[in-house]
Amino acid sequence: MSVTLSYAVIGLSLLVAAYAVVLLVRDRLVDNPLFYAHSVLAVLLLGQLVAGCVALARTGRDVEGITFVGYLVTAVLAPPVSIVWGVADKSRWGTGVVVIGMVTVAALQLRLLALWGVGF
Amino acid sequence: MSHLAEQSRSTSSGAGRVLIAVYAVLALSATGRSVVQLVTKGGQAPVAYSLSAVAALIYIVATVGLARSTPGSRRVAWVAITAELVGVVAVGLLSVLDVTLFPDASVWSDFGQGYGYVPLVLPVLGIAWLARTRPRAQRPPGT
Repeated sequence: MSVTLSYAVIGLSLLVAAYAVVLLVRDRLVDNPLFYAHSVLAVLLLGQLVAGCVALARTGRDVEGITFVGYLVTAVLAPPVSIVWGVADKSRWGTGVVVIGMVTVAALQLRLLALWGVGF
Repeated sequence: MSHLAEQSRSTSSGAGRVLIAVYAVLALSATGRSVVQLVTKGGQAPVAYSLSAVAALIYIVATVGLARSTPGSRRVAWVAITAELVGVVAVGLLSVLDVTLFPDASVWSDFGQGYGYVPLVLPVLGIAWLARTRPRAQRPPGT
């Protein structure tokens, strides 16, 4: 598994989360920059799903396969689900849902790194 | 927070949506974890793993109960969230007092430490939210 990609995903997801917090505090709805940034993250996560499965098949490491793929799939689902749910609520709290989604992505990356044996 | 006061009294709109999102994440992770535990090593720590499965089920019920936001689902959510609070406090105490009872971590052991204490905080927020969004007609006199 690409550790660099994982850290990039953590960085971007936390940036998107921080931006969503700014929107939340300013009482704004989900806007275009948030949507585009989130889309970039979604594409990265799709790539990570494919690359992660390939890496899992090739590695000699002792990795819990089911859990590992489970985290990869959940990470792919979190951004679209949170943005759809966030946009559906026409209040600042819709952006709050996106914050939860992004923090979830970051947490999943930490778990993935731990499963891969390079985490904390 | 005038913003909150303007919200409709549905459990699934406004701040409730964020609460449900957190519930959904916890329900998902607890379900995933308990399924993997039961399938791959069910015999090793049956108490902890069965408990994870029960906890997962309660989180799913609470999530759906809050999200549907009908009078019936509110009652279901009340019961599920209360069970959650009792569960996390009871299991938390037991896991601290008798380490051998839960050799492998469940969602609720050590008061949900493995999940950043979210399992301990969430039912409190859930009950507060249910109380806040309570339909006025159903409030007992004097409140």
